[in-house]
Amino acid sequence: MASRALYSPRHPVLKKRDDFEDVLEERRRSSDLRYALRCYTPTLYKGLVPCKVSMLKSIVLQSDHLQCVIKQVSSESGDSTECVAEEASLILDEMAHRMQLSTVRFFVFTLSKAFKRLFRSVCVNEEGIQRLQQAVQEHPVVLLPSHRSYMDFLMMSYLLYMFDLPLPVIAAGMDFMSMKFIGEMLRMSGAFFIRRSFGGDKLYWAVFSEYVKTMLRKGYAPIEFFLEGTRSRTCKSLTPKTGLLNIVMEPFFKGELFDVSLVPVSISYERVLEESLYARELLGVPKPKESTSGLLKARRVLSEDYGSMHVYFGHPVSVRSLAEGKIKRSQYNLLPRYIPQKPSVDTHEFLNDAAFRLVRIQEENMVLKPWVLIATLLLQNPDGMDLSSLTEQTDWLRHLALAFGAFLDWPDHEACSEVISCSLALHRRLLSVSAGHVQLSVTDAPQVETTPEEAVFQRAVVVLSCASYRNQILHVFLRPALLAVAMQSANSSRKDDIYNCFNFLRNMFSNEFILCPGDSVQDFEEACYLLMKRGVLQVLEHEIVMSASGQSTLAFLCSVLEPFLQGYQVVCRYLCEETNENLTEKEFIPAVRSFALKLILAGRLKCCEALSSDLQKNALAALLRLKAVRKVKVGDQVTLKVNKIAVNSLEDTMGKSDVISK
Amino acid sequence: VFLCRPLSMASRWSLSLYLVSKCLQEIMKWNGWGYSDSRFLFNKKGQAEFTGKRYRLSGLILPSLKDWFEGTFGANLQHRSPATPSLNLSAVAPPHLNQPFVEDLKAAGLSVSHDPEDRVFRAHGHCLHEVFALREGRIGRVPDVVVWPSCHNDVEKIVELACKHNVCLIPYGGGTSVSSALECPREETRSIVSLDTSQMNRILWIDEKNLTAHVEAGIIGQDLERQLNERGYCTGHEPDSMEFSSLGGWVATRASGMKKNIYGNIEDLVVHIKMVTPRGVIEKSCLGPRMSTGPDIHHFILGSEGTLGVVTEVTLKIRPIPEYQKYGSVVFPNFQQGVACLREVARQRCAPASIRLMDNEQFQFGHALKPQVSSIFTSFLDGLKKFYITKFKGFDPHHLCVATLLFEGDRGKVLQHEKQVYDIAAKFGGLAAGEDNGQRGYMLTFVIAYLRDLGMDYYVIGESFETSVPWDRVLDLCRNVKERIVRECKERGVQFPPLSTCRVTQTYDAGACVYFYFAFNYRGLSDPVHIYEQVEHAAREEILANGGSLSHHHGVGKLRKEWMKESVSGVGLGMLKSVKEYVDPQNIFGNGNLL
Repeated sequence: MASRALYSPRHPVLKKRDDFEDVLEERRRSSDLRYALRCYTPTLYKGLVPCKVSMLKSIVLQSDHLQCVIKQVSSESGDSTECVAEEASLILDEMAHRMQLSTVRFFVFTLSKAFKRLFRSVCVNEEGIQRLQQAVQEHPVVLLPSHRSYMDFLMMSYLLYMFDLPLPVIAAGMDFMSMKFIGEMLRMSGAFFIRRSFGGDKLYWAVFSEYVKTMLRKGYAPIEFFLEGTRSRTCKSLTPKTGLLNIVMEPFFKGELFDVSLVPVSISYERVLEESLYARELLGVPKPKESTSGLLKARRVLSEDYGSMHVYFGHPVSVRSLAEGKIKRSQYNLLPRYIPQKPSVDTHEFLNDAAFRLVRIQEENMVLKPWVLIATLLLQNPDGMDLSSLTEQTDWLRHLALAFGAFLDWPDHEACSEVISCSLALHRRLLSVSAGHVQLSVTDAPQVETTPEEAVFQRAVVVLSCASYRNQILHVFLRPALLAVAMQSANSSRKDDIYNCFNFLRNMFSNEFILCPGDSVQDFEEACYLLMKRGVLQVLEHEIVMSASGQSTLAFLCSVLEPFLQGYQVVCRYLCEETNENLTEKEFIPAVRSFALKLILAGRLKCCEALSSDLQKNALAALLRLKAVRKVKVGDQVTLKVNKIAVNSLEDTMGKSDVISK
Repeated sequence: VFLCRPLSMASRWSLSLYLVSKCLQEIMKWNGWGYSDSRFLFNKKGQAEFTGKRYRLSGLILPSLKDWFEGTFGANLQHRSPATPSLNLSAVAPPHLNQPFVEDLKAAGLSVSHDPEDRVFRAHGHCLHEVFALREGRIGRVPDVVVWPSCHNDVEKIVELACKHNVCLIPYGGGTSVSSALECPREETRSIVSLDTSQMNRILWIDEKNLTAHVEAGIIGQDLERQLNERGYCTGHEPDSMEFSSLGGWVATRASGMKKNIYGNIEDLVVHIKMVTPRGVIEKSCLGPRMSTGPDIHHFILGSEGTLGVVTEVTLKIRPIPEYQKYGSVVFPNFQQGVACLREVARQRCAPASIRLMDNEQFQFGHALKPQVSSIFTSFLDGLKKFYITKFKGFDPHHLCVATLLFEGDRGKVLQHEKQVYDIAAKFGGLAAGEDNGQRGYMLTFVIAYLRDLGMDYYVIGESFETSVPWDRVLDLCRNVKERIVRECKERGVQFPPLSTCRVTQTYDAGACVYFYFAFNYRGLSDPVHIYEQVEHAAREEILANGGSLSHHHGVGKLRKEWMKESVSGVGLGMLKSVKEYVDPQNIFGNGNLL
């Protein structure tokens, strides 16, 4: 435990953020066609080595790195090198983008039309754009947007075109490829496609990494990819992946580039297009395969109002300064640089840490709308709230959120009630408002005959949709909330005890939320600082004491985490009570889901969020990490071996409250 | 070359004096580089000129230097930062004498001095911080006594007495160190004695059958070369400092000569070394050209930087003076192409005596040193050349770079060799650019130290440093180090972008030696030397991170000691330490270098 002297709380409140400007405003005034055809002269990287798309391919195929791997693969598999080289060439054909400006112009035209229909405004921080313009000239740039919607990368390219920035090449999942026409269109606007899993495929990895690195080294174009790997269905940031991050950092580690700028971009939606789609997916309705016809059916979405959208370009982060003192670049001195090397333990730790920090920056720059506050309150009050009390509490919550440093986009000169009624109107599909009483409810065409299961399911869709908004603000409340729960369960006001509880919870939830590994003490101190400043706590030398006026804040913070605690307990309970010896990994999610459903139907569980497959997956990952559950491979099936004693004790430590009534 | 390199072989070095006087300070600057009578200055018309009569550049006007100087550094001739004109003797601390030792020395008939000027002169090398302090009249710890042995036996006597009276000995050769090697260690409490080898400067014998010469280690490079030339021979060892550096210094720092492609570096040239250590004399028993007798004991001596003993006599390989010498140069459209060409030359093992590649900044620097041309015809030709290269061939004047070449040997072979190299260059887009450009390139290395003194008169400080690096990393290392320098300067508040330039100066089978120049305008900075040192430190870190070595030939001294362990591993350092412990348990040779 750190002593008081070590208190160096980050000051999230003092964070200065840029102003926004609506880029659609200009679009609503002038011709989209002329705009799409206007002269596009992007700012260029000073070290740019001009290079055509076709050249790129031969540079990659002839690179020492790829040639070396081709020889390796050939000697391992016994195939001739020509044969392996041919395979590499096919992989590259499947992968490579074929960016051409005419396609981009076509997209600019159609997207201008679409965005104007979908969104009231698209707000961008122009200072961020200016910083990016600077960064693009100095060093190769990697764009790291958050990923909540398919719109994300279309919007990114659209904005970069708009501001005369070089168009990025974008790492996209292979699933798009199956959308024949659209896939090719995306390819021609700069997307390159990677298979979702190619773990052991050396050749694939070599082609892929060399392709990305070549573009980076030549300064060909900014590289864009999603740290989170995939769209977050819950609007919570996902645990970042480090594979691609390693690829884009390696040219710096190996001295091939002086520096690389990483630009985190936070894209937030007032209403996510895929809102209910995600909820259904989380409840086990499989995601529809991406297909062009499916996309056309989605035209319905075009007729709805999705409010505003915010894109915040963060400060460029220099890989060089990130790695300063953490990466010993001379470790690469003794091996020719083209020979692939697995990242060392240190490097791996660094990558992981960097990835978490970048996602944290994304989170912090994510704009939050008033609805996020309302959704949080409505979820905590399943029986609904009177409009007046909702207004009052939203206002209270707004001030709490601001005090914790939330990036809240609250209309300046409007009455609170006005703001709330606007939000309610925009999200009316999730609500029922009658006689001044607001409640989450299913307003879609009422089913004539519904089974109790279907009713639970329909309610869960609404709850999970709503939760996806609350989730957007979780990162603001997370640390204080962990502290609040820790204080509740510690049974002592001793600081050490509370810290231990905090640390346990933090550990338990580190697959659920973005908690930088190793930041435990810092997070604890930040939580203490924020609550102390708010007058909720007094932090003494060895004790943490709640102030008289702090009760309501602590209660609120505890309820923020409640659904997660309950969900994890359901998973633990399931593993202890219901499992037999042969639970396979595949069966796990459906089995937990039906267990939770049973509990809900029996009235023993109120919280629908336990039905979310995301939560269930995260809980399992945590249990695996904490070694309470083991994976065992039997034949071609992976089964889960449960250490019931360990799971039970984790469940106990998590909360002594009996959320699941017997 | 213009400086100290007359064209005809017979008259080489004829303009310089024999540097055998004990009072070097009479003909050399006490607070700057080289001879007192030779310096750059801006005359009343604001034109640069080089004074004195020693060099081919002496007395000439350099019309473009002023513009280059002002443009590159943002310097202004109105803003002067002159040096303290003369040594303030009262600033020199009185000597801390070990009386019995001094008396024993005198009794043994050795020449001894504790005159402050003698002591100050031997208290420094030519690191920026050393010269900067002298110019400001700041004198730190200096040796307490200077002693001049005149032969091997004298050295044996001195070392014996030093052990007996426990004083600290610091060997002094030519004083051209750029690694803080001559600085007196601050923590040294004993009397410090500077052992000046300058009087041990004779060629003891020449063996024409085996082509070897046995020479006392205090001889200065140009004297050695001139005296051998008189007999029809040369060593071919020409480090840039050869006007002033000594044979013993070369051995003690693992020196490298410009023409190593033909003659080899110092370790390839020595056949036999005699060194006096506190344990006694170390030497081999024969003059066999190679031995397999365990680890080569010469390699404990080469690069020992005065920490183990004093090199007194060296047997060196000598060669007949080559019949023919020819300079040359090639212009490349950019640095990458130039490096690719040098790499190919190394691959084909056809490097001329010297081949160097200057980057664009250094090419422009070299151009600024063009003397005033007397005939309209020459200037017309120059214009034509420039037009041909930039307009007709489309080379970008801000990217092109120049390789300078020096061929040596018999005439027929030189011409053949020349063709071979130019043919390779052509494959990389290189255009032959004449002998003149080549000569001027080599001149730059000889005048750079004089030029630094000029810069320091106008708020510009700078220095050079070097490394060696595998071929595949040359470009990345050059780019990254140059950029690191620029960035570090900016971050530390240097107002004007620095001069950050490099050249590839030596080629090897497996890599190259790279040399950096770094200088900046320090107006407005309160502690410029500290900033300079921080930037150089960062640049060295960058070199190491990019696969470069700690040093190719400057040595480690005290300046780069902190990286020794990282460079040679803990065990390696331990090995060196245990040798030191055996050879010199009392730390008589306590200059504190290397380990």
